[in-house]
Parts: sequence; structure tokens; C-alpha cells
Amino acid sequence: MSNGLAPKLRRPSGYWLYLLPIFIGFLAVVGIPFGMNIYYSLFRWKGGTAPMRWNGLNNYVQLFEDVEFWTSLRNSIFMVVAIVVIPTAIGLLLAALLTETIGRRFGPRIASFLRATYYLPQILPIAVAGFMWSWILDPSNGAINTFLQSLGADGPDWLGNPDLAIYAVMLMLIWLQIGYPLVIFMAALSRVDPELYEAAALDGAGKWRQVLAISLPTIRPEIFIVVLTATVAALKVFAPILILTGGGPEGSTVVPSYYAYRNFFELSQVGYGSTISTVMALVIFAIAALMLWWQRRQEAQ
Amino acid sequence: MSNVRTLDRQQVVTDRGGSLQRRTPGEWVLFAVAIAAGIAIFAPFGLIILNAFKSTQDYSSNGPLAFPSSFSLQAFLDYLGRVNYGQALWNSIAVSVLVAAIAVVLSLISAYPLGIGRVKVSGIVLAVLLIATMLPHEALIYPLFYGAQATGTFNTIWSVVIVFSVLQAAYGTYLISSVMGAIPKELIEAAQLDGASRWQILWRILVPILRPSLSVLVVFFFIWTWNEFYIPVVLLSDQSSQTIPIALSTLRGQHNIDITVLNAGSLLSLLPTLVFFLLFQRTLVRGVAAGAVK
Repeated sequence: MSNGLAPKLRRPSGYWLYLLPIFIGFLAVVGIPFGMNIYYSLFRWKGGTAPMRWNGLNNYVQLFEDVEFWTSLRNSIFMVVAIVVIPTAIGLLLAALLTETIGRRFGPRIASFLRATYYLPQILPIAVAGFMWSWILDPSNGAINTFLQSLGADGPDWLGNPDLAIYAVMLMLIWLQIGYPLVIFMAALSRVDPELYEAAALDGAGKWRQVLAISLPTIRPEIFIVVLTATVAALKVFAPILILTGGGPEGSTVVPSYYAYRNFFELSQVGYGSTISTVMALVIFAIAALMLWWQRRQEAQ
Repeated sequence: MSNVRTLDRQQVVTDRGGSLQRRTPGEWVLFAVAIAAGIAIFAPFGLIILNAFKSTQDYSSNGPLAFPSSFSLQAFLDYLGRVNYGQALWNSIAVSVLVAAIAVVLSLISAYPLGIGRVKVSGIVLAVLLIATMLPHEALIYPLFYGAQATGTFNTIWSVVIVFSVLQAAYGTYLISSVMGAIPKELIEAAQLDGASRWQILWRILVPILRPSLSVLVVFFFIWTWNEFYIPVVLLSDQSSQTIPIALSTLRGQHNIDITVLNAGSLLSLLPTLVFFLLFQRTLVRGVAAGAVK
């Protein structure tokens, strides 16, 4: 930029110019669309040029009584287990294993090679992961059931059985997710002073006591970040459901984002779809705010 | 056990990697567990590779776990006949490169008044941007779908480029402004005394300091955009504009497709990501490890 403009930019007000592009972009992509979404949620509307009929809060009342919506929320809890709880726990164990045992006793190169392998599914497009697993889980000639057959067992219809499908989806999500907490926790563990372990060992603390008493408290901030971001991600899960099950069988794997999608683009119930997505946005904000508040309180203590 | 451990550690310190003889049976068990976990995680990739090169007859007679009886490229040709892979690859590259470039510049410019200028509303702006990154995409999708049609960007890569440039920049602004907050004030003041304008300070002083963070962001913006699904699957319904994951997903529900074709399609679709991963593995792992990115 030429020097002629410099004095103008030095005025305190000059800073506002820098916020202008993101302000416009935010309005166009987030602010106005989200506002419109809330507005649509107050109507019965088939979308497009169909007439919009005012419905007040009735969509919200209907949602509250909608069994399918509650099923989708219950499935979100399964998603949280598959994306937050299990990968965080396994990630902690593997991170401790790679850092403490493999890295120190078998060499850092093997440890970083294994870390890259565990992380690999994380960079996969989720649609591609979905396709890979829809074949692996295929009941008649998928990899898992063929393997079970060779052992003489009859594998179940993983994605076709309403009691089982959600667990099959969870299996894929766990596989997909493990690398994320692992990489973060490994970096965090490298912060732990080895002398602390030695001191603890001299005091007679076993391996488990060392991990619980020294490693966990040190990497608490990272655990919080992982739990927070993964929880938000779990409440947004969409592609795995669309590709693996399409919400089926018998609606047993519907999640909120997919339920909204179906209302928007398959059932032509745009008003109702907007209601679902508005409620989900509020649920996510509330949960994130609660977690942040809880963490602040913990830090203060 | 604990005494042995302490001794070993001293030995490791004095003689790096030279502690091979002292590995206990317990450690070998843990090593086996780590290797087994690695094999389990890699297995799906291995199976895809194994079956993509089979002919249909080979697959149906020998099943998914056997080695190919003969090397066949038929599945790849079938997939390329159904999906315009070249076009999809080009679209993915164009979308991801444009978004990464626009979003990182937008992040930098927007973070400047927040992290360095500390304008009064910094806290509110950052909170709003953080909320934007948490917003589920279904709460934006119908208006975006409508807006893309109204502006003529529906079924063109531009709709997706605009949407993700802003969404990624919301995250990037948050991140860069916190990194900027840690830069010593004296540096900026000295530059001001030398007569540098705000614009010059941003590009000549801050950008070189921020380069590591910016490069991590570029890599992540690229890969996140490449992998995006919800918004592109709605906005890019025409083959001419589809990205690689979306093009693959058009095969969903087509029951007359051979499994080997799906495998070949999956393999072709994950290949660019794999190349990218191998090229940028360090940056990716460093970025995640720094807690910089989700």
C-alpha cells in the first residue's frame, strides 16, 4: 500500500477496516443464514416457491413430542461415546504406551512411525472412510464376516440389524478418531519431567500410580480440549450415517444432523428441518458453554 | 521392577538406544500390543488395496481376504467410467487451494485488530467467531442452498469456496489473534517509531514472525476443505463441480456396482490425501500436537 494511505491508517479508527472483510463474510455465510434458519423454523414450509404458513412455536412443540427426534438425540449420546469417551481413553493408554515404553525402550523412530499409523484415518475424507467400512461390514461378502466364516462362525448383518447397526457405526468412528487424542496427548506427555517419575518410582509407586498421579494432572488442559472439540464434533456427525446406514434400519441410527437433512431435502419439510437444526445449534452452544464454565471453575479452585 | 526401571533410564541417558539387551518380557508384550493396534488401524487400508486390483470373478470366487489371483485394473477403469475423476480431482484441488489461501489471509487481516490492536470489542468478536466454528452445518445449509441458487453460484465451486473461506477464517482468526497476543509490544512500537504504517507492520514484521503458525493453518485449511462433506454434498449436485468425496458418494445406493469398483473408487479417492499426508506429515502432527488445531 502506498505511503499516501499510511497516515489515514494510523488513526485509531483505521483498525476497523481490517475487520470489514470478515464482518461481511460472517454476515453472508453465518449471521444471515442462521437468522433465516431461525425464521424458517416458525413456519410450515415445503421450501422453494411454496407458500410459507406461519406456525408460531408449533414446530418446537411438535419436535418435543417427536419420537424420532428423541431417538436421534439418544444416538448422539452413542456418538459421544464413540468419538469422545472411548478414543480419549484408548488415546491416553496408547499415548502413554508409545511415549513411555516404545519411545524410550524401543526407539523414538518406531514410536513416531506408529503414531503416524494411528493418525492416518484422521486425514481420510469421511465419505471415503464410510465407503470403506460399508464394504468391510457387508453381511454377505464383507471382510469381517468372511473372516468370521473362515473361523466357522456366522457373522451378523452389522448394518442391517436395528439392534446392532449403531454399534457398527461406532466401530468405524472409534477407528477414525483415535489418532486425534493420541497425537495431542503424546505431545503433552513430552512435557512431563522424567525426574518426577523417577522420584515416584523410588517412593515405590508402580507404573499405574505414576500415570495417575503425575501424567494425568499434567496433561489435563489437553484432555479438556480434546473432550470439548470431540463432543462438538460428535453432535455434528453426518456423513458416516448418510453413507453407512442412511439412518436405517428402521430409523435406528438417525442422528440430528441427518434428521434435519432428511426434512430439508427428502421430505420437503423445510420449516421443521430448520426447527431441528436451530435446537441442535442451541444444544451444542449450551453444552460447550457448560463445559467451558466447568473448566473455569476447576481452574479457579 | 522400579529399580530396574531407574537403572535403565540412566543407561538410556548415557547411551541412547543402546539399551536393547535390557528389555523385559513385559515390555515385549506392550510392544506387541502397540504393533497389533497399528496393524488393526491399518487393516482397512490394506484390504482396500488388496481388493481394488481384483477382477469381479476373482472376488466372488475367492472372497475379500485372498490375494488377487491375477493383477487387474478393470475395477479402476469401471470407476473412471462412472465418475469423472479428473474433473473431481481438479475441483478438489481448486477448492482446497483457494480456500486455504483466502482463509489464511482473511484470518491474518482479521486477527490484526483483535490480537495487536486490541480494539474494544475484541472479546465479543472472538466469542462470536468461536461460536461460528461450533455451529452445526445443518443450521446454515438451507439458507446457503437458497442463497447459492439466488446468486448463481449453485453447482459451481465458488459457493463452496466462499462458505469455507469464511468458516475456516473464523477459526483461523481466533487462533492467530491469540498467537499475536504473545508478540512483545515493544516490537510494534519500535516499528511505529520508525514510521511504519499499520499495513507495513502487518506484512513486514508480523507475517515473518507468524510464519510457522500460518503454514500450519494453510495445511489444515487445505485438508479440512478437501474432506468437507455436508455443505458440498448439498451445493455441488452436478458432476462438473463435485469434489472427490462427493463424486465417490454419488455411487451410494447404486446396487448394480461391483464391490471391486467401490474399492478402486475408495482407493483413488484416498490416494491424494495419502500423498498429502506423506508430504506434510510433520506439519500435521506438529499442528495437532501444538493444540493449535481441532
